[in-house]
Amino acid sequence: MSIEYIISQLINGLRLGSVYAMVAIGYSIVYGILRLINFAHGDILTVGAYTALTLMVAFGYPLWLVIILSIIISVAMGLLIERVAYRPLRNAREETTLVSSLAVSAFLQNLITMVFSEQRKAFQLPDWLTEIHTYGIVKLSTMNIIIFATTIFLLIFLSIIMKKTRIGMAMRACSDNQRAAALMGININVVVAVAFMIGSALAGLAGIMLAGEYKTVDPAMGFAPGLKAFVAAVLGGIGSLGGAVLGGFILGIAEMAFAGLLPTSITPYRDAMVFVLLILVLLVKPNGILGSDEGGRS
Amino acid sequence: MLKMQNVSFSYGAINAVRDVSLSIEDGEMVSLIGANGAGKTTVLGIISGLLRPSAGDITFGGESIVKTPPSTIVKKGIVHVPEGRQIFAKMTIWENLRLGGYKVTNRKLFQERVEYAFDLFPILKERKNQSAGTLSGGEQQMLAIARALISGPKLLLLDEPSLGLSPLITRQVFGVISGLKKAGITMLLVEQNAYEALQISDRAYVLETGSIAMTGKSSDFINNEDIKKAYLGGV
Amino acid sequence: MRLRDNNVFRFWSFVGIPLMIIIIACFHQGGYYTHLINTFGIYIILVASLNLVNGFSGMFSMGHAAFMAIGAYVSAYFTLPTDIKYSFLPGLPHWLKDIQLPFLAAMLLGSIAAMLVALVVGFCVLRMKGHYLSVATLGLIVIVRSVLDNQDSITNGARGITGLPDHAVTWTIFFVAVVVMYILHRTIRSGFGRELIAIRDDTVAARTMGINVTKYRVLIFAMSAFFAGAGGALWGHLQSVISGKFYYYDMSFKIVQTSIIGGVYTLSGSIVGSLFMTFVPEFLSPLESGLQIFGVQLPEMYGLSNLIMAAFLVVLIIFRRQGLVGYSENIVNSIFSPDVYKAAVSPKEYKKLLGIIASKFTRLLHKKDNKS
Repeated sequence: MSIEYIISQLINGLRLGSVYAMVAIGYSIVYGILRLINFAHGDILTVGAYTALTLMVAFGYPLWLVIILSIIISVAMGLLIERVAYRPLRNAREETTLVSSLAVSAFLQNLITMVFSEQRKAFQLPDWLTEIHTYGIVKLSTMNIIIFATTIFLLIFLSIIMKKTRIGMAMRACSDNQRAAALMGININVVVAVAFMIGSALAGLAGIMLAGEYKTVDPAMGFAPGLKAFVAAVLGGIGSLGGAVLGGFILGIAEMAFAGLLPTSITPYRDAMVFVLLILVLLVKPNGILGSDEGGRS
Repeated sequence: MLKMQNVSFSYGAINAVRDVSLSIEDGEMVSLIGANGAGKTTVLGIISGLLRPSAGDITFGGESIVKTPPSTIVKKGIVHVPEGRQIFAKMTIWENLRLGGYKVTNRKLFQERVEYAFDLFPILKERKNQSAGTLSGGEQQMLAIARALISGPKLLLLDEPSLGLSPLITRQVFGVISGLKKAGITMLLVEQNAYEALQISDRAYVLETGSIAMTGKSSDFINNEDIKKAYLGGV
Repeated sequence: MRLRDNNVFRFWSFVGIPLMIIIIACFHQGGYYTHLINTFGIYIILVASLNLVNGFSGMFSMGHAAFMAIGAYVSAYFTLPTDIKYSFLPGLPHWLKDIQLPFLAAMLLGSIAAMLVALVVGFCVLRMKGHYLSVATLGLIVIVRSVLDNQDSITNGARGITGLPDHAVTWTIFFVAVVVMYILHRTIRSGFGRELIAIRDDTVAARTMGINVTKYRVLIFAMSAFFAGAGGALWGHLQSVISGKFYYYDMSFKIVQTSIIGGVYTLSGSIVGSLFMTFVPEFLSPLESGLQIFGVQLPEMYGLSNLIMAAFLVVLIIFRRQGLVGYSENIVNSIFSPDVYKAAVSPKEYKKLLGIIASKFTRLLHKKDNKS
């Protein structure tokens, strides 16, 4: 096993991980503020992908327009879901909102199935995006590089927003102590909406990227990545932006490691190993790697 | 300034507040005393908009605020310092104050008020970049009050400021509160520590299992035999 | 006295008529409605056992399908014909390949296997907090499926195993269902059950009373897994084919959905929920293939019934969290109450019933009079 091989696996891990990270950020932000695990988050991915597909194929729009519109639609969907299925449950027990999100996920999947059919459909992004560049043993497409760069950029950008802007401070306050935040005059509904907007936009974008990578879409495409991204968020410490990104990369690398380094008989257990890893980490650090001690909503 | 009329509220089937009426005039300090669980915190929550009463009305400066959301009530000048401090433990002292001034749009005004707060509580200035969670109970209470002052409240609602604090620190806190009274800030004080509350306030209401049992001047209450027996430990 | 408290009414509504339907079904094995009734029966077991964890002990597990799978596969090992085992499951030890047991024994072994796994997993996982616990249980179904799909020598991989013997007949299913409900009924009413409810309602207080919360959680988890294994065994034999994909997220979700729709706070909820979730989608499914209503041709809408059920779940959670049944254990209480059976043969009770019906009638007539 050469250094080259290790490095290439590392790079592959980062490539995979950046998509997880993008989606994980959405999970983390929403959880941080609402203590809600939004299982429907993965399905926003699917919405983004299918919207892009429709816009490209049925309307023939140029790529930049497709991406912008798809993100807008994803955001609209996210806000709608929050308003209809989560806001009425704002004060309910945590499991209740969890179940609600499961139901919304089922709803979205079936909606897409109904409108588009269950079959896998082809999805083609312009060649200049999917073109693969070879750097020695490493193969990366332009898109991979863009996603990675975007994720890092988002981490920095969002961190700045959180630390320096008024709305960011409001979001941190809500996450810290929602009741006190309300008493400061912060409009909780607005803060929650912003959180969902950010998360949904990222998920929609990730959906387009994922569809471009695998060249297909299907109604359940968001399930596995959504779940893995969620694991990534928990791994890194849910509620923490840095944790989400860190978790995403660790997960991506871990998956590659399991695939490449373990004896081939165990390779198919890749998905299972992800969860075993998660359980082990949670046993040692119950709040994730970067997570802090918290007693739930105060 | 503030008038509550026949307000009732239930937590599900439990009647927490029944037909409560009270009023607070400009510059007054009114205390609401009563045993644990009498509904005092609920009353404050209703005023600050966290809870919506099932019956009754509340007016502030003549305007009804019963249906107003908490974020707007702060804008109107009613600030609630909640029970248990409820500071932002993961954020710095400075950030806590900054959040107190969330609705303050005038930078100069904000700076002035922060200076005022730092004058009142020098320890906050000292440790302004430390995490608020590292403060002691009494210091957190100071922070909570300072934070409330930043928004320039017309009416300050104080919920059990002495809760969990030692007698010495309690004295300090009440020292600060009486200083605020001298500065002319209108306040509604909810306290289990009836003695301190009555010492410092002009008028008082006694809340028993959700209803107002008595009201009158605090100085009268201190000498009242029944009050003494029930709330002042016969001292 | 209310109609629903009258013992004769309770007998016929909750015992007599259902029993008659079940007996008729027993003689119509292979019929369409019989299949639905069988599904209904198995769901009762699955949902009731899930309620034990999700409703009565304050945890939220998504891993039910994993225990079903274990029950299904292990029981199959003991019921499959020997030649199938030799052909498709070469990795099984010889004694296992040669053995064939009656169904109930096989099911029991499946349940025990599921329970053992739950005990092991439980110790690791159940000390986690709320959400993390739920995610870990989700991980469980992923891990189990991974094993099922990949250990070809003992599971035939993702292809699954077909040809399970036709043991899941109506009487077996409902026999097991009644036994399970009885055990759960008695458990919840016992001291143990009360302690459970204490833990659910206030974990902190329970701890201060000296209750070892984790130990209880593990016990409940194991018990629930035991019954889930039984349900899985029945389900596998009903479908006569087992494979990892049938015991995955969709199955777990469906059971969770059913338990909430019926009502998580009572055992009766599992009966009502299962009834609802078995029959309502069946009635909705014609809509999916595009039928004609009033001369208007509706398009093919695959997934519509699931969509409607998901929407219904959200509405129910928001507006009626206690589910269809709410807090009333009338149904289960009726099934296990000796008084109800005594009333069925007592003419006096029938007279009382008539009395109630008569008074309802007169009240109805009075309303009509008042209107005119």
